[in-house]
Order: sequence, then structure tokens, then C-alpha cells
Amino acid sequence: MSWLLPYPLLSAVLLVLWLLLNQSMSPGHLMLGSVLAVLASWAMAALRPEKPRIRRPGAALRLLGMVVTDILRSNLAVGQIILRSREPGMNAGFMTIPLDLRDRHGLAVLSIIITSTPGTIWVNYDAAKGTLLLHVLDLVDETVWIRTIKDRYERRLMEIFE
Amino acid sequence: MSAAANLPAWAALLTAVLVLVGAAVTLIGSLGLLRLGNFYARVHAPTLGTTAGMASILAGSALCFSLLEARPVVHEILIAVFVTLTTPVTLMLLVRAALYRDRTEGSRDVPAAEAAEELTPRR
Repeated sequence: MSWLLPYPLLSAVLLVLWLLLNQSMSPGHLMLGSVLAVLASWAMAALRPEKPRIRRPGAALRLLGMVVTDILRSNLAVGQIILRSREPGMNAGFMTIPLDLRDRHGLAVLSIIITSTPGTIWVNYDAAKGTLLLHVLDLVDETVWIRTIKDRYERRLMEIFE
Repeated sequence: MSAAANLPAWAALLTAVLVLVGAAVTLIGSLGLLRLGNFYARVHAPTLGTTAGMASILAGSALCFSLLEARPVVHEILIAVFVTLTTPVTLMLLVRAALYRDRTEGSRDVPAAEAAEELTPRR
């Protein structure tokens, strides 16, 4: 089974993607999609990435919900800064956060979360020291941002991936 | 657009509101590009368009076409997933390129790299 489907989750997602793109459940598309999904997972296996282990799917769903609400809230916050502030961006600045998360997949997800949230951008991760360099638009209190990222995202990502 | 006449009034109204809200949020993001002071602050502005702006317009699109074709149209979810996965890559590349340039120029406004080691992959 594992020679046919080295990455079962990846293949399943690709098949769903194919069916959604074609908006069809016909046997022809099911077959074509399955063949493509299996071939793509073989190509992926040839790259030999570390296999991510998602331990707690429930926690992943909760994290997704939290990220969506956080993104909406930051949209409002950044919109207000742009429209209301007399000199927008005057509080912007860089900050460094020490991270305990070491799993590559967890870090990749964290970088997407941080960068897609308006107002924060992931700049650089130092793997040797385990520190993350961020740019924040509204950098009034560093501890608030450190708490947000460590308590809200990092802790949950560690639960999921490590 | 004769097909749009088949849309019930409440759905037409809701679609219009969703698309307008999405467009307004994206416009605010673009205004941010204009108003914010330096490059690093400016990078934050377009994320409004790629998150809430995109979500709102896609929700309007999904609602409108699901009702017109009388079946769930969910292409939009794929668009949302792809946009969310790809924009951070571009933004991070832009910021890192700018940071690299500023550090090479010896700018004092950016945090110094510890002997520029952070930017080179280490093995």
C-alpha cells in the first residue's frame, strides 16, 4: 500500500482539488484525478521530504478558526490605521521573538499565518538561535505581540506537529 | 447579463453588498500603499486585499453563481486557498530583498544581521 500511496493525505487532497476544479464527479474525472494524484505523490516521494505528522486534527481546526477571526480583526485594525492615523506607519518597526517551535512544517504554517495576517510580516528565521525577526505595523507594545504569537499560535502548532 | 435577472432580490442585494465591501477593503489596502511611509510599512497594506477583500468578493461570487446554477459552486474556496498560500511567499521575498539591500547599504533603520550570517543558509 505504501509503495502505491506514499502520501495518502496529499493524494486525497489532490483528487478533491481536481474534482473541484472540474466541478464534476463523473467516473472519467474520478479516474483521471486519481491517476494524477498518485503520480504527483510519487513525484513528491522522489523529493524525499520529511513526512509531516499531524497529531491532532481537532486542534488544527480550532487553530484555523482562530486564525480566521484574528485575520478579520487585524483587517479592521490596519484599515483604521490607514484611514484614521494622521501619520500612518509611525509605530511600525522590527522585533525579535524567541521561538520554541522547531518542526519545519510547523514553522511553515506559522510563517503563512503571520504573513497573511495584516499588520505582521515574517522577515527572517534564524534556525541556529531559534529566533524570528518580524516586522509589525503597530508596534506599541512588544510583549503583546510576543504573547499573541507564542500563546495563540506557537503553542497550538507544537501540539499539532511535535 | 440577462441571467442576473433570475436572481432573487435578497440574493442580488447580498451579492452586491459582499462585492462592494470586498472592493472597499481592497481600496483601503491600496490607499495604505499610498499613505504609509516606508517600504516595510507599505508591505502590510496589500494584505487587506488578499484576506478580507478577497474573502468577501469570493463569498459574493459563490452565492451568486450557486443560486443561478441551482447547485453549490465552490471553485471560490480553491481560489482562497491558493491566494492564501502564495501571497505570503511573495511578501516575504520582497521584505527580505529590501532588508538585504538596506543592510548592504549600511542603513541604520533596519536591525543589523550578525555579520550577515542570517541571510546565508547554513549547513
